[in-house]
Amino acid sequence: MSSLTPANPLVLTIGDLQGNLRRLRKERFMHVLLFGSAALSIGISILIVFTLFREAWVFLSGLIEQSGLGALIDGGARPGWYPRDGRFDLPTIVLGTIIVSGISVVVAAPLGLGAAIYLSEYAKPRTRSWLKPILEVLAGVPSVVFGFFALRVLGPDLIQPLFGTRTPTSLLVTGVAIGILVTPLMASISEDALGAVPRALREASFGIGARRSTTVVKVVLPAAVSGIVAALIVSVSRAIGETMVAALASGALGQAPRTVNPTDTGLTMTAAMAQLAQGSDQVVGDTLAFQSLFFVGAVLFLMTLALNLVADRIVERVRNQY
Amino acid sequence: MTVEEINVVRPLGLGETSGRRGDEARSVVGGRTGLFTTADLSVYYGSFRAVRNVDLSITEHEITAFIGPSGCGKTTVLRCFNRMNDLIDSARVEGIVAYHGVNLYDPDVNPVEVRRRIGMVFQKPNPFPKSIYDNVAYGPRLSGIKKRNDLDDIVERALRGAALWDEVKDRLKASGLGLSGGQQQRLCIARAVAVEPEVILMDEPCSALDPIATARIEDLMQEMKQRYTIIIVTHNMQQAARVSDRTAFFTTEINEESDRRTGVLVEFDRTETMFSSPTDERTEQYVTGRFG
Ligand SMILES: Nc1ncnc2c1ncn2[C@@H]1O[C@H](COP(=O)(O)OP(=O)(O)OP(=O)(O)O)[C@@H](O)[C@H]1O
Ligand SMILES: [Mg+2]
Repeated sequence: MSSLTPANPLVLTIGDLQGNLRRLRKERFMHVLLFGSAALSIGISILIVFTLFREAWVFLSGLIEQSGLGALIDGGARPGWYPRDGRFDLPTIVLGTIIVSGISVVVAAPLGLGAAIYLSEYAKPRTRSWLKPILEVLAGVPSVVFGFFALRVLGPDLIQPLFGTRTPTSLLVTGVAIGILVTPLMASISEDALGAVPRALREASFGIGARRSTTVVKVVLPAAVSGIVAALIVSVSRAIGETMVAALASGALGQAPRTVNPTDTGLTMTAAMAQLAQGSDQVVGDTLAFQSLFFVGAVLFLMTLALNLVADRIVERVRNQY
Repeated sequence: MTVEEINVVRPLGLGETSGRRGDEARSVVGGRTGLFTTADLSVYYGSFRAVRNVDLSITEHEITAFIGPSGCGKTTVLRCFNRMNDLIDSARVEGIVAYHGVNLYDPDVNPVEVRRRIGMVFQKPNPFPKSIYDNVAYGPRLSGIKKRNDLDDIVERALRGAALWDEVKDRLKASGLGLSGGQQQRLCIARAVAVEPEVILMDEPCSALDPIATARIEDLMQEMKQRYTIIIVTHNMQQAARVSDRTAFFTTEINEESDRRTGVLVEFDRTETMFSSPTDERTEQYVTGRFG
């Protein structure tokens, strides 16, 4: 103790308050290092987006030169996405994406939220301790496995006989499979949201004689709504971006006619991109077809960006309400 | 209550019709005038026995205070009276808590029904993130009251009963979270009385409040006593002395088998007696501030 006491407390120099200079340098070094890694990742992202939009512009200007911007919406009798023939009907693949992600949300939202409510509000700790890891493992299954499962089992053995579809693969099969794929994600984010609701609120509700189901519906869900909306949006984004399942189970190979019927075969934006990229050696002569890949990527990027902005707004609004 | 009597009671929980069981439980605790009577009540958290062998009798339209050092099981015992301990997975209750002669821990008793009759106010004010009106109307709506006029009446009556009406009558639609701590706690009291319970359990309701808010709630309790029976846990001995008619003093004892501490009821008597001439030395030490 005595060594910490200054010999003469009345004499104080700046040196006394400077602290350990070596530590100070180390602290500065860490600061620079961490700033560097943050800057690097942001820089890479910016570069990717820049390339995406530059190439997309190459495609667009090429298209305008060739056949005008109107070609993005095929006005012909049998419109469709046929990049190798120079026909780029954007609605075909956008509709495919909307149909597939819509179906997957219809599957994943109730399943995932139900699982989250069960885990967070009903399951005993013992049950939880083995159920939760299973869910996490399910979330880690590579999507190609889901794609294969959809292609070989879900489509031919379940959806085709159940819905009487013409083909064993279809947008519907893809939607359901992606729904199953994102269910663990939906469940896990929703469960976090439910778990963040203070215990005191549940006790208040039980303390007045509310049943568990009433407490969930009237207190826990409203208090967790911003987190649940976030879970929903993240799930939709994931569904829109899912590629492998869409490429394997939608039934189209690189080209498809426009359709709004989920039981038809079709293409999502991601599947169109994947299949085009894979076959790019064959189409290398047709620059525009290859370049359309970047254009579709840019549109996809803008769609998910818009979705995230909307999600932020919703979460903000709902949070202010509570 | 002696152990022999309790041994008579216990087998009744097995294989009898619920109607008879209630009657017999009543007959067992007969002779006592308590609204609540506990017999040989022990509570475990897992294998840890938090309190043991509590025998208490709570009188109607009185305020009963639970005092004692931290960790002696006041909250644990209080939460037995409306089966809130059911919500803790590891908690297990042994013995009897009779309410109007019916054992609340009878397997046929539905805790939801118990809690409609025996309300609770918590240590930290916990209004719902809803409007003041919806907070108070929450309980009545649970019992199926939907008509706007009826709800309006109930909400006003409950808020008046909690001495909050004049402060909030112009902003019933505002969030309950926008109130001060003391107002929030009175809102929680209003929420509890809105379902017309018979008993209100309060677990250190003033510990998060300043002295002025505390005084308001103490006054309120005196008014509420006409209509309700109140059990209050408090760390504040002056508060116990000021508001309560009877006081139960709990403390912890070292367990013989393990060396964990188990809560026990030391003494239970009229508050004046507890504070002026307690029988047990430990009570005297505690109330004179020489203990715990
Ligand atoms: N949920 C729980 N799980 C395990 N042990 C618990 C739990 N709640 C309380 N206990 C233990 O039971 C004993 C009694 O706790 P209790 O909360 O009833 O005491 P208390 O008298 O209310 O204390 P305080 O005055 O600090 O509120 C303590 O040893 C405590 O650690
Ligand atoms: Mg306590």
